[in-house]
Amino acid sequence: MALADEDRHGYAIIQDIAVRTDGAIRLSAGTLYRSLQRMLEQGLIEETEDRPAPDEDDERRRYYRMTKFGATVARAEARRLQELVRLARASGFVPRSAS
Amino acid sequence: MILYRALLRLYPASFREEYGREMRAIFARRWRLASHPINRMLLLVDACADVLRNAPAAHVDIVGHDLSTAWQTIRRARALSVTVVVVTAIGIGATTAAFAVADHVLIRPLPYHESHRLVRIYQADLNGGRSEASPANYRDWRDNARSFERIAAYQPVSRNLISAGSPVRLEGASVTGDLFATLGVTPLLGRSITSDDDREASPLTVVISERLWRTRFAADATVVGRAVTLDETAHVVIGVMPARFEFPTRLMDFWIPQVLRSDQYVYGNPFLNTVARLKTGISREQADAEVREISQAIARANPQVNKRQFGVALTLRDEVAPQARSLLWILVAAAASLLLIACTNLANLLLTRGLARQKEFALRAALGAGRHRLVRQLFTEHALLAACGGIAGAGIALAGIPTLVRLVPTSLPAAEAPAVDVRLMTFAVVTTIVTAIAFGVVPAWRISRQSDARALHDGVRAGTARRTARLRSSLVIAQVSLSVLLLVGCGLLLKAMLKVQSIDPGFRADGVLTLRTTLPVKKYESVSVRHQFFTRVIDGVEALPGVTSAAYVSGLPMVQRGGIWVINVVGFEQLPGEDRLAGLRLVTPRFFETLGIPLRSGRDFTEGDTQTSLPVAAVSESFVRQYWPGQNALGRQFKIRGIDWTIVGIVGDIRFRGLERRSEAQIYMAEQQMPDRGLSAYVPRDLVIKSDRSLETLLPEIRSIIASADPQQPISNIQTLATIVGEETAPRRVQVRVLGVFASIAFLLAGIGLHGLLAYSVSQSAREIGVRMALGAERRTILAMVMRRGAQLAVAGVLAGSVLAFGAGRWLQTLLAGVSPTDFASFGGAVLLALTMTLLGSLLPALKAVRVNPLQVMRAE
Repeated sequence: MALADEDRHGYAIIQDIAVRTDGAIRLSAGTLYRSLQRMLEQGLIEETEDRPAPDEDDERRRYYRMTKFGATVARAEARRLQELVRLARASGFVPRSAS
Repeated sequence: MILYRALLRLYPASFREEYGREMRAIFARRWRLASHPINRMLLLVDACADVLRNAPAAHVDIVGHDLSTAWQTIRRARALSVTVVVVTAIGIGATTAAFAVADHVLIRPLPYHESHRLVRIYQADLNGGRSEASPANYRDWRDNARSFERIAAYQPVSRNLISAGSPVRLEGASVTGDLFATLGVTPLLGRSITSDDDREASPLTVVISERLWRTRFAADATVVGRAVTLDETAHVVIGVMPARFEFPTRLMDFWIPQVLRSDQYVYGNPFLNTVARLKTGISREQADAEVREISQAIARANPQVNKRQFGVALTLRDEVAPQARSLLWILVAAAASLLLIACTNLANLLLTRGLARQKEFALRAALGAGRHRLVRQLFTEHALLAACGGIAGAGIALAGIPTLVRLVPTSLPAAEAPAVDVRLMTFAVVTTIVTAIAFGVVPAWRISRQSDARALHDGVRAGTARRTARLRSSLVIAQVSLSVLLLVGCGLLLKAMLKVQSIDPGFRADGVLTLRTTLPVKKYESVSVRHQFFTRVIDGVEALPGVTSAAYVSGLPMVQRGGIWVINVVGFEQLPGEDRLAGLRLVTPRFFETLGIPLRSGRDFTEGDTQTSLPVAAVSESFVRQYWPGQNALGRQFKIRGIDWTIVGIVGDIRFRGLERRSEAQIYMAEQQMPDRGLSAYVPRDLVIKSDRSLETLLPEIRSIIASADPQQPISNIQTLATIVGEETAPRRVQVRVLGVFASIAFLLAGIGLHGLLAYSVSQSAREIGVRMALGAERRTILAMVMRRGAQLAVAGVLAGSVLAFGAGRWLQTLLAGVSPTDFASFGGAVLLALTMTLLGSLLPALKAVRVNPLQVMRAE
């Protein structure tokens, strides 16, 4: 999700996730890079050569971008979750106020 | 920061290479933000937890990924993978099986409590010979030696068991009361023999084996306390030994107390085996020195005692003959050479494949895979192949062990077959790991080194290519030399085996059947009763169609290897303390005829040689040479048990101690001339029958003849004499066969290795060959060029191999039965074979080189 709108480097991903979840999820470096590696191997994301403006760039950073395949998988996953929530709601597991 | 950097080392190298820098950057940034020391402390704890959680997981991720990639690669290159697995399996299987047997016989502790503290004590003489101890020697050691916790004596005995089912002949041992305590074994049921049982007044008792308990007593626990009849005497069963207890040798079925009467404690009647347990902290050497000193002190004080003999203490494990020992070590060495050849062959094969896959690796390197990652990926592939090979190899080992158990000496007081247990499996696993490293790491490292981006455009850098080519050439040379080594070894042992097989035993074994009827001593103590039995059996058997002759003898050659008696020859002064010995046998008439032992002069025994006629004897030619060289010995006399025996016949010598051992001169006496109860250990028990019919067709008739002579008499040890003589060389045959198989495989692998190397170098230098041919080089020149390369490698390998074989030959010497370790035929044969293989191995690549089409090659450029 963190790579949906723009290419990001590792630390930016951590920050983005922290912001999106109101600080509930703070990824550790190890967890982050392990999942990055796995997603790279599965072809969900790729490293990008495109860099932001030089004054914002730090040479140590590697930037990642979601691949087309990655986007397809993300959409499929979202659909699956949506379906799950729909079923949960129908069974009365989700309180009205939360919807 | 340094701490974090150190923590990162826990990650796989490739992961660190890839992400380490960024992770450090993130850590540095958080460190700056957390200015308060407590926050910084928390950050550190957090980082530690993170690394500890994720580093192992990252390793697992990579191994998992590598394994799945490796599996795909292996499945793609199926032919190659199968080759690698098969070659590994052969190497590991051979090594594991050889180790299993060698470990069982030579290394693994014997199945007794603290078996390293057990020693055997022998009487030794100055010529290096060993014999059993006389009761008086045993008493001297028992009463005077301070090195031992306990000392016990025993002798092998056999008895007829009549009580349970049909009569059966059992092998067992007669043991002093200390034996079981000395060995430190406890019975499965009841109790074992103690010092209360071996007194003259003690009731007769017996301890039986678990095997006998199962087969004859239906594993009935109430057998303890029951009486069984052994040789007409009732013995009370007091205990059952556990299944794994084998003493003094395999397949013993009972143990009875050895009673030593006070008048039996004499010197010069060696029949007791002794075993002792060393006190803690006493070494074998100390005990050896002590028993030697005791023997010598007694000999000094007592002029009757043989001064040329003394006690020696050997560990129980050293009982394995040096021959059997070197035989097994050679087997292990040969298997290890085979494994080494297999490894070098595979390393070469994988190098070649790696070179072919260079573009793939270069591509992956360009896509950002670090070198560590590539090495790791390649090594995982190789390790996976090795693991498959290891599993298959363990299977081969299990299948091969039964063939090799023939190499386990029968004298080993342990089970016949090595146990397949954790120890053996650990060995197989370790061998597999070593193998994987040997053939997996070097190629992986080499290949990855060449995988830089330049490989994408054009071949390899010349320097690295040359280095790899050199490495591959040396691997081929190593293979050739090791296979030459194995071939020479195999040739030498083959020649030694043929030599031993061609040794004339002094008798004709073909067409001779043998079986044993051990007569109970009490029932048959009178010579006339005994003779009646022998006559009925021999007359009956000789009347059978197809039977030429039959006779009884005290002990068969190569079965009863002892039977030595002290003799006094009239006219030869007995030197004090020096014994004159000869192998003694009691026989019935026509024994020499039945065994084809030539009668040189004089006559055979007849029915007329009885207790009342002149005591007569036949002696072997070497006996005559020893006492009356160049003279007529007929009519001369010697003394045994105070009786003068007159020589009436001179016969050929036989090798009763075995094909490869020196035998004493032989004396034969007529069974019928023995005094009643005299020489009871020499009462004939083996029936020999010369016949042109097979054992199977004769046996039922013989059984009924024996049953009619004595229905309670069991028959045992039914076999042909040829089998007995064949057993002499059985370990050699197994060894030559096993080594032959090893050498052939090694030879084949070396050939394949050479072929692979040349084929690859031809394909690599196709351009050069094309250019040469375009410039007008003749096909013959190209052919010669490739063949020359093959010949160079082969000559280097053969030379190195010959040097190795020359060194190893000396090590083999104990097994060569007099064949020279530098035997020309063996070396010549091996060299010739190796050169032929080279020729064949280089011919195909050479022909391929000749068929290179210059135009095609140029166009491809």
